[in-house]
Amino acid sequence: MSETVIRTHGLTKEFVRDEFHVVALKDAEMEVQRGEFVELMGPSGSGKSTLLHLVAAMDRPTRGELEVMGFKLNGLSDSEIAKWRNRHVGFVFQSFNLIPVLTALENVELPLKLTHLKRGERVQHAATALKLVGLEDRMGHYPRQLSGGQEQRVAIARAIVTDPDLLLCDEPTGNLDAKSAQEVLTLLGRLNKEYGKTIVMVTHDPHAAHYATKIRYIDKGELLPDGGKPEDWN
Amino acid sequence: MAIPLSYNLRNLVVRKTTTAMTALGIALTVAVLVAAFALVDGLRLAFEASGHPLNILITRKGSDSELSSNFERRVFNDLKFKPGIARDAKGEPLASLEMVTVISLVSSEFPDGSNISVRGVTPVGLEVREDTQLEAGRWFTPGRREVTVGSSIAKRYPDAQIGKKLKFGRGEWDVVGVYKSDQPARNSEIMTDLNQAASDFEREEVLSSALVRAVDEVAHQALINDLSYDTRLNVQARPEKDYYAQQTSSGDLVRYLGTFVALIMAVGSCFAAMNTMYAAVARRSKEIGTLRVLGFSRRSILLSFLAESLMLSVLGGVLGIVMVLPLNGLTTGIGSNVTFAETAFQLKVSGDAMMRGMTFALFMGAFGGLLPAFSAARKQILTALRQI
Repeated sequence: MSETVIRTHGLTKEFVRDEFHVVALKDAEMEVQRGEFVELMGPSGSGKSTLLHLVAAMDRPTRGELEVMGFKLNGLSDSEIAKWRNRHVGFVFQSFNLIPVLTALENVELPLKLTHLKRGERVQHAATALKLVGLEDRMGHYPRQLSGGQEQRVAIARAIVTDPDLLLCDEPTGNLDAKSAQEVLTLLGRLNKEYGKTIVMVTHDPHAAHYATKIRYIDKGELLPDGGKPEDWN
Repeated sequence: MAIPLSYNLRNLVVRKTTTAMTALGIALTVAVLVAAFALVDGLRLAFEASGHPLNILITRKGSDSELSSNFERRVFNDLKFKPGIARDAKGEPLASLEMVTVISLVSSEFPDGSNISVRGVTPVGLEVREDTQLEAGRWFTPGRREVTVGSSIAKRYPDAQIGKKLKFGRGEWDVVGVYKSDQPARNSEIMTDLNQAASDFEREEVLSSALVRAVDEVAHQALINDLSYDTRLNVQARPEKDYYAQQTSSGDLVRYLGTFVALIMAVGSCFAAMNTMYAAVARRSKEIGTLRVLGFSRRSILLSFLAESLMLSVLGGVLGIVMVLPLNGLTTGIGSNVTFAETAFQLKVSGDAMMRGMTFALFMGAFGGLLPAFSAARKQILTALRQI
């Protein structure tokens, strides 16, 4: 039986910028089931990242309902959201966002500091995550000593180290060369297929379609219905 | 759980130039403060360790110091047989009539001259100061213009050396010896024969004070009461130790001035720390956003940046203390506002002074780091992530 991981209803985000009223996302309706790999595609500024940020509770919606992993996020406080995010969500950024003064192992270990694991267990978990992304020989390296593709794989290891149910990826291949992008997509595909991770990924990368189980398009702040595609999309 | 401290420590290392400059600012402030404490502590140690617990100093009523006291020989003769005064082996009372005056001596530190106390005593004056021992040469001979100088005077004044002559009173006085006492304040005086000094300064009948030794602690307090309430004598009696302890107030001005300068410098150092930490928050905005996304709370961010500021201040504090440590044991002199003469003492960089300096550094770090830490904690995740 399928389990709904993300459910939105009338999800809207508006803001005012330079006296202009901007509707970043309008009445978005979306359901993502456990084990799905959903791609959010659309032109720049269409609202893809806004939707992803709302799902990660990095931003608050103007109105509408949002339920992720059974939690109604609108009603949670800042500290509750922080705990929830640490426990249930892994986030992968376009620009990796590794902490430059920490080694690969320390970067991956960081989210585990918020758990009750002891130091030895944390290191073991982090090492396992790095092994999973194929970087067991780069544990002691600092981000500046890694290639872009390796940095992104460390970031993915950091995102999965707490064994979250949901992985949210914001253009994870946007800063990578074709080969590294392919490696990252393959890795995400593996995480989805072999480890059952539910993934929502914002991307412009046409090759990503190969790994997704579902593609949703956003255009001018409107999330098109399942199977819908903008007319001018190619 | 908090963000690991290694994160902050390594960031300080990465920004080593900024870290070093800010720490140096804090270090200088701490150094000024600890140096002031070292001076006051040294002075306190010198005075508080001086004086025999059974000795009583007697001056004329209303006189705060021996120098301003006109103590008549007649009064001394009336009081020296008071009950409770200890006696020597020959059965003579341990009561010393003394005259104190100041002379000016030149040193490299004070080329225009500095006031030095000259104390005229009889042999019993040395008996009630049994802690005072000859270090070199010999004691002065009664009836001759000879002096024996304290070890601190011999160290600091080129003219106060054995074989040299000092000019004061009606002529030249031979320096014939150097004495040293366990009680530091005594070493800043020159001792000579009471009658010779009184004659030179035309004070045969009106001298300065008397120092008497009580039989025991009970007699000590009883004797003080007896002397103070004897209206016929019109004298003021106090424990010798209290008299010296009172002179620690000479360091008050230095302490206030040192603290005042340190406080002004602390304001500057706080701003330096604040500036450094604001720059760190601005530069690491994206990291702050990332840490929040990973699940770290605003409180963790606040504590992390505050901890970093405190680390910076600890570094500055340690540096400041290290800068001051060479002053420990250095001999210097300060003019007493009680005796109007210089007292030599050693600067003392005590553990307590270091602790106070370090606490002061931590306050600077906390005040300097608090606002930037708040600004880091208050950042919205998306705003933080978008800043470059």
